[in-house]
Amino acid sequence: MAAVSVRDVSIAFGSMPVLDRLSIEVAAGEFLVLLGPSGCGKSTLLNAMAGLIDVEDGEIHFGERNVTWEEPKDRGVAMVFQSYALYPRMSVRENLSFGLRMARTQKAEIEARVARAAAMLQIEHLLDRRPSELSGGQRQRVAIGRALVRDADIFLFDEPLSNLDAQLRNELRVEIKRLHQRLADTTMIYVTHDQIEALTLADRVAVMKDRRIQQLAPPAEIYNRPANLFVAGFVGSPRMNFVEGRIEAPDGALVFRAGDRRLALDAYEFARRPAPGSAATLGVRPEHIGVLEAGEDVHAWSGLHVDIVEPMGADSLVWCRDGETTLAVRMAGEKPIAPGAAVRLVLDPARASLFDPASGERL
Amino acid sequence: MTSAVVTSTDRARGGITARGRRPRRLTAGRIGLYAFLASAALFFLLPAWIMLLTSLKPMEEIRQGTIFALPLAPTLEAWAAAWGSACTGLTCEGISVGFWNSVRILVPSVILSVLLGALNGYALSFWPVRGANVLFAILLAGAFVPYQVFLYPLVRMFSSVGIYNSLAGIVLVHVIFGMPIMTLLFRNFYASLPRELFNAARVDGGGFFTIFLRVMLPMSTPILVVAVILQVTGVWNDFILGLTFAGRENLPMTVQLNNIVNSTHGVRLYNVDMAATVLTGVVPLAIYFVTGRWFVRGIAAGAVKG
Repeated sequence: MAAVSVRDVSIAFGSMPVLDRLSIEVAAGEFLVLLGPSGCGKSTLLNAMAGLIDVEDGEIHFGERNVTWEEPKDRGVAMVFQSYALYPRMSVRENLSFGLRMARTQKAEIEARVARAAAMLQIEHLLDRRPSELSGGQRQRVAIGRALVRDADIFLFDEPLSNLDAQLRNELRVEIKRLHQRLADTTMIYVTHDQIEALTLADRVAVMKDRRIQQLAPPAEIYNRPANLFVAGFVGSPRMNFVEGRIEAPDGALVFRAGDRRLALDAYEFARRPAPGSAATLGVRPEHIGVLEAGEDVHAWSGLHVDIVEPMGADSLVWCRDGETTLAVRMAGEKPIAPGAAVRLVLDPARASLFDPASGERL
Repeated sequence: MTSAVVTSTDRARGGITARGRRPRRLTAGRIGLYAFLASAALFFLLPAWIMLLTSLKPMEEIRQGTIFALPLAPTLEAWAAAWGSACTGLTCEGISVGFWNSVRILVPSVILSVLLGALNGYALSFWPVRGANVLFAILLAGAFVPYQVFLYPLVRMFSSVGIYNSLAGIVLVHVIFGMPIMTLLFRNFYASLPRELFNAARVDGGGFFTIFLRVMLPMSTPILVVAVILQVTGVWNDFILGLTFAGRENLPMTVQLNNIVNSTHGVRLYNVDMAATVLTGVVPLAIYFVTGRWFVRGIAAGAVKG
């Protein structure tokens, strides 16, 4: 069991700052995902935790230990890399046991641990092969096994599934989730740019951009109550719809208004109450918009036409358009509606998000 | 369709003629290329062939001046003489002395320079050293300074520490002069390996030498072979450094060969000279033949890609 505590860490490559006084606390046994676009510093943070990159300022603690200047091998971490990084001239068995042999573990103990890890990941039949004789998915299993045998307190994953095709990615994602359930004591920190991985695996997600953590919260909160415009746009596929407008209070109650379309905000939970008359950006996920047949609800947004229908198997994404305004709506069925049809849309204010367009912060 | 000519095969494949000219196998350009390659090969092979023929002839045949003719009475006498009894200056013990001297110089020089170059390249590409690029640039600059510039200063330095005219001296000189190119070779090779591999080994508990010996060196077969070829031919073919630094006791084969060819006692024994020359060239030749195959195999085995 080891909690991870990153305190005011700064890292720069030459004169280019990569992390700037970044702090994050990870509880023992937690699965934390660092999510962000490339270049946001998430991999650098992970490498700093592993000790592969020197921090310029600040401290890193594992449990009671201050490991800021400790060598990677003394930190008690195990790491899985994007490119698998298997030792090409060693068999799978030797790859798995390399770390233990370095630590001069007893032979019998090594064998037992290798056998256990191989059984866990179903790679027993591959033990005598070379990495070059394995497929991508098998290689990544071996790489995970190599981390597993070390019985480390902390697992670090650096985009482990990014090199795999979609189906294998799903398969191994489940495998990693299962692993975390089995090793409940192990702290896992996982870097990815894939929001599905983040939402499915994490206890908490840290969304990063421009060297900063934009939001640190459980996946449901990240998804339902994004802290700012960046998080709202980055997490979720298909992407959240954004509509520019104003907050108004015509008869006391706050209303969002874009042109002559309005949305009553009685059910909306404000993070901070905006002044009436201020500009706002409304964010609504495609699945939180309902489509009405003609003439049912006066509050529905009318005047939109179906532009494109994208069938996605289980459901379809319907792009509704009126001039500049485009809203994607998720509808059940394969061909729920014909392009060109006039639609009226009902937005769910309780599940929508409002942002200050200037600062990007949630309202 | 407007085309009038439709052959039967065209019809079978849907009646549409393929556009463009069908590439021909043998063109005039190809023939010219082969002719050039063949003459280039002849240019290099002809002297070797004449040397081999001459070395197998007795002197009477050579005097007839028919250098392209096959030997009428082939004999290995000249080879035996070249190996065991030809005169190199005052002593007449053949070129075998030089051969063993060269071997004694070659083995430690090649092993040391290749290992040090590998270690240097590994350190430069994987371990963060402040000013590594500057160090590397200086080392490389060393590769472009002519040997002759170093000769006198090095002779003075070596004699002041007492290793001038000794085996240790000549080996050290070869190691020093091999260092820039060896380092360059290995640095570029290791720079092409994924850094994550090195990081994985560090997390797994490897130190500087453990990672080098157990992870990096086993992956280096192709570049090791290249390095060995370069160093063996370089050290074996060296003349000026051996002449300057090895001392009378350790003169390498190339210097002895020169002595044999240039020391004339009456008749010049062309067959012995030729045999001695071929003997001197055997080692680099053998290295190419033996390691060339390993080299190709090393690449084909996917040793570089994980």
